[in-house]
Amino acid sequence: MNVEAMREMSVAIDRQRGVVPSLRRVRALIRRHAYLLLKSWPRIVSMAYYPTVTMVLWAFVTLYLAPTNRFLTDAPGFFIGAVLLWDVLFRGQLGVSLTFTEEMYSRNLGNLFVSPLRLYELIAGQLTMSLIRTLIGVGGACAFAFLLFRYSIFTMGFPLIAFFACLLAFGWAVGLAVSAMILRYGLGAEELAWAAIFLVAPVSGVYYPIGVLPSALQAISHALPTAAVFEGMRALLLQHAFRYDLFRNAVLLDVVYIALGAALFAAAVHSARKRGALLQMGE
Amino acid sequence: MNDIAIAVRDLRKRYAHVEAVRGVTFDVRSGTTTALLGGNGAGKTTTLSMLLGVLLPTSGAITVLGCDMLRDRHRVLPRMNFTSPYVDLPKRLTVRENLRVFADLYGIERASTRIDELSAELDLVDLLKRPYGQLSAGQRTRVSLAKALLNRPDVLLLDEPTASLDPDIGDRMRSHLESYQRASGCTMLLASHNMSEVERMCDDVIMLRAGAVVDSGSPARLIERYGRATMEEVFLDIARGVDEPVPSATRDVAA
Repeated sequence: MNVEAMREMSVAIDRQRGVVPSLRRVRALIRRHAYLLLKSWPRIVSMAYYPTVTMVLWAFVTLYLAPTNRFLTDAPGFFIGAVLLWDVLFRGQLGVSLTFTEEMYSRNLGNLFVSPLRLYELIAGQLTMSLIRTLIGVGGACAFAFLLFRYSIFTMGFPLIAFFACLLAFGWAVGLAVSAMILRYGLGAEELAWAAIFLVAPVSGVYYPIGVLPSALQAISHALPTAAVFEGMRALLLQHAFRYDLFRNAVLLDVVYIALGAALFAAAVHSARKRGALLQMGE
Repeated sequence: MNDIAIAVRDLRKRYAHVEAVRGVTFDVRSGTTTALLGGNGAGKTTTLSMLLGVLLPTSGAITVLGCDMLRDRHRVLPRMNFTSPYVDLPKRLTVRENLRVFADLYGIERASTRIDELSAELDLVDLLKRPYGQLSAGQRTRVSLAKALLNRPDVLLLDEPTASLDPDIGDRMRSHLESYQRASGCTMLLASHNMSEVERMCDDVIMLRAGAVVDSGSPARLIERYGRATMEEVFLDIARGVDEPVPSATRDVAA
């Protein structure tokens, strides 16, 4: 290839800006993590393992309590639905955080940040992988719920998509914040990836109405999209009504939290660039 | 056409209590190979990191191919690439998978053909299906070099490009880089501790000590100015603080 041809190619590369090249770079990240997933069946099994075991546990609790409990007689899928939706949140957050820590363990961040990949494309790749991981994990548990207990979460219909989207979005927000902490404090902070989301569990009203919480904690609940989603789920299962007001609150809160998570992550990357940490992070 | 591919002006990097780079200024001419030399801690990797944009300088300016790297680095990053022993590739992915991912990141058309081409040139064909983590250090260096050449960069930054390679493979890599440069007109800036490599490949040398440029020039000119026989000896003089080149006549008398 002569010098002129090389120059022309450089110009062509320089012109590779816009939506299509951007999507291509996001696809590269998805490809990188898909390679990893597809060659390791234990990874895929482990994604569905915990949601399935938890679902089975709550299904037996339901079977035990249902004959003497009118609440569960009216809504037999209450606990199973709650645990599956909670796992959407957990898997969503974990998917973002683990995708990022994987790059840190590989000492690959330096390569990524000197490539044409932009920060929002990195985030888009993390979120897409989170969606894939969540669908595998929770999808597996849903399949087992149907096979073992003849319970289909899909009987919730359209509201299920709304609940799923709101919880996934909040999981993404927390996942980005956790990734920011790991980037700031190193892989020693990786435990956060597994534990962070449980901080909101008590105030999210996963298994009980937030009305049972002390008023101070209720105030916190109202600031979380998760509480709105699980209140909405109860309204759907017990009163057979989709609460648009709760859905609207959850969406608005999600927008705020996603923006905060992304801002925190961007700030952590900026700080890492100032400290020279992007080339040093690793095992 | 601008003759200067890389322009660095009064570049500084201060960490909490250490000034790692202190007012570095230099130019790298288009189509040339320039070495950034200095002992450990001289500021070579810090300077390269700032050139790549993964480290933000405290102050100063960096222009690569006419683009301000501090404000517009994504415009020029598709035309750059680098290798460094400080970064790795995902270990569980095979060599081909790794190269495929980076081909997509750099927007390479016909990625498979380009990967096959580079694999043949860098003797990686037998390694393509092996996980990167199972390769020897020398094999990894070659794969990193393949990654760095995927996008046929106009500016290539090389941090210890032939570290961990045996003399035979090291020589082949150097030959490959030289022929790539001849064919492409690429500008290369490399940090190296291998002085014979520097003498062979580099048109210019920038000597750093304690974060500052202490001398620069072509290898032949530096060797002459310091009255030494090799760049290795020049390096030792500068690294050990012989700031003033000793005229060769004086050296002869002293000897």
